[in-house]
Amino acid sequence: MITYKSVTKIFGSGKDAVTALDSINFVVPKGEIVVLLGPSGCGKTTTLRLTNRLETVTQGNIFIENQNIMDINPVELRQRLGYVIQAIGLFPNKTIAENISVVPNLLGWKKDKTGKRVDEMLQLVNLQPDIYRNRYPAELSGGQQQRVGVARGLAADPDILLMDEPFGAIDPINREQIQNEFLKLQAQLKKTIVFVSHDIHEAIKVGDRIALFDKGKLIQYDSPEVILTQPKNKFVADFVGADRALKVLGLITVSEVMNHNPKNLVRADERTEHALKFINDKKFRYGIVINGSIPVGYVTPAMLTYGEGIVLEVTEKYPLFLKEHTSLRDVLSFMLMYDLTAFCVLDDNGNFTGTVTYHDIQHVVKKSYTDEAASDEGAQ
Amino acid sequence: MVSGVFQFIANNFPQALYLTGEHVWIVGVALFIAAATGIPLGLYITEHEDIASPIISGANIIMTIPSIALFGIMLPLLSPLNMGLGKIPAIIALILYSQLPIIRNTYTAIKNVPPDLVDAAIGVGMSRWQRLKEVEIPLAAPVIIAGLRTAAVMNIGIAAIAVYIGSGGLGVYIQQGIDRAYPEMILSGALLVSILALIVDGIMALLERAITPEGIKVRKKLMQ
Repeated sequence: MITYKSVTKIFGSGKDAVTALDSINFVVPKGEIVVLLGPSGCGKTTTLRLTNRLETVTQGNIFIENQNIMDINPVELRQRLGYVIQAIGLFPNKTIAENISVVPNLLGWKKDKTGKRVDEMLQLVNLQPDIYRNRYPAELSGGQQQRVGVARGLAADPDILLMDEPFGAIDPINREQIQNEFLKLQAQLKKTIVFVSHDIHEAIKVGDRIALFDKGKLIQYDSPEVILTQPKNKFVADFVGADRALKVLGLITVSEVMNHNPKNLVRADERTEHALKFINDKKFRYGIVINGSIPVGYVTPAMLTYGEGIVLEVTEKYPLFLKEHTSLRDVLSFMLMYDLTAFCVLDDNGNFTGTVTYHDIQHVVKKSYTDEAASDEGAQ
Repeated sequence: MVSGVFQFIANNFPQALYLTGEHVWIVGVALFIAAATGIPLGLYITEHEDIASPIISGANIIMTIPSIALFGIMLPLLSPLNMGLGKIPAIIALILYSQLPIIRNTYTAIKNVPPDLVDAAIGVGMSRWQRLKEVEIPLAAPVIIAGLRTAAVMNIGIAAIAVYIGSGGLGVYIQQGIDRAYPEMILSGALLVSILALIVDGIMALLERAITPEGIKVRKKLMQ
């Protein structure tokens, strides 16, 4: 746990004094990722650098597990906190193994313990130790270098990790991938992480909470959902963007809205006229065609009307199936792409578990905005 | 004329060898002391910006003093100690001349270590000394050696002039050749000084390459 108490940082003095941080209060809970977010010069990086005393607090206090950081020797403090910066922070004169061993060596670990740890760390970040151990940073791609950066930060098994725009220098495709890997890692390791980012998408994706800064002030500190649906003021609303309804959808997965028991199922081997009667009687707009326990496609009354034989022959196949962890943002995008308003959800074994319709998505968006409207009224 | 020069060297080979050795000794001792003072001073001023500029300017001013004048200035200063002439004032002069390339290269090389790397080094918890040893000096070493290389080559030339204060070395051939109007002798001295400078330059270049960290060589190769 990290506690920031009335933290103020002023650079320079007298006429040239610049207030970089103005009385910041917040708590980073144990085991969570808190993203410090904001435009450049907002104070997010300063906050991070104050935490490991790369800068010194002008006023106020920072506590790590209730210990004031000013009572800890700065070098020991930094060895205790993992520190990850952009790939450029790897030492070019050291091999990958030497880079990862930096903190263990500073802490005086035994050679074989460090060696084992290096291999463990490389495996953790999906780099084969035998291939990468003795290479130099220059021989790795940006994404691989960044993985090594994360491995270096974790090498001495710190409880707390400070990350300064760690994935900022990586191209968007690799960034997405490394963010996913990082989240998987965190689910396993449960570190307390302070993560600086200027990218709202990244913040929503990796953050358990987001601390949004502007001009040295902490404007809002909430979960991504709350930041998106209940922005505190115009700055927050502008920063998260006009497409925040879409961003909310990025946070919600299929499993949260799916209909586990759709009624409009028709068997693939049923006669078309029976199926048509069933759909018309129940006033469904279409039927989902199930072959055994596996959905294959859909039929509309129009398709069934001219069919002679079994349903399967007139079935329009689904171009893809959803997983329970697919985000609604992706689902919506598929709907637009394939001009369909419903998709089926399969579990990992390929069994049918339910459906998601456009209506379900609309419902979620409406609901989050009703929350917002209600809280606005409450504020007035 | 050319054959005369080779003839002269062949005929006086043991002496030529001795004078070359003397020349190398003067330059070597001076370079060793200059490195032992200049590199630490260069490192020191990276931490004390306020004195960096005056110290580099001072070294610059020393460079502008003609060598003959510097020997002249040192003569009365060192005479009371009975060291006005000979190898000692020559070595002192060479040490002074070496300071600029050594201090300046050390200072610039350390300052040119990317700030992100310095930040990373501090951030992972390195002390000032560990930072120098693990990151800054290895990265700065090739440029520091380049400073020593400049100083060494320059000093081989200046040491030839120091013969006028009785330092010995290959300057002896040049000085005596002028006195005796013996062109082959002058040219032999000049030729040997030049060859010596080229050899030392080559050795220092090899040293520069040897001391470049493997990771930096790899990066350079990949960037081509």
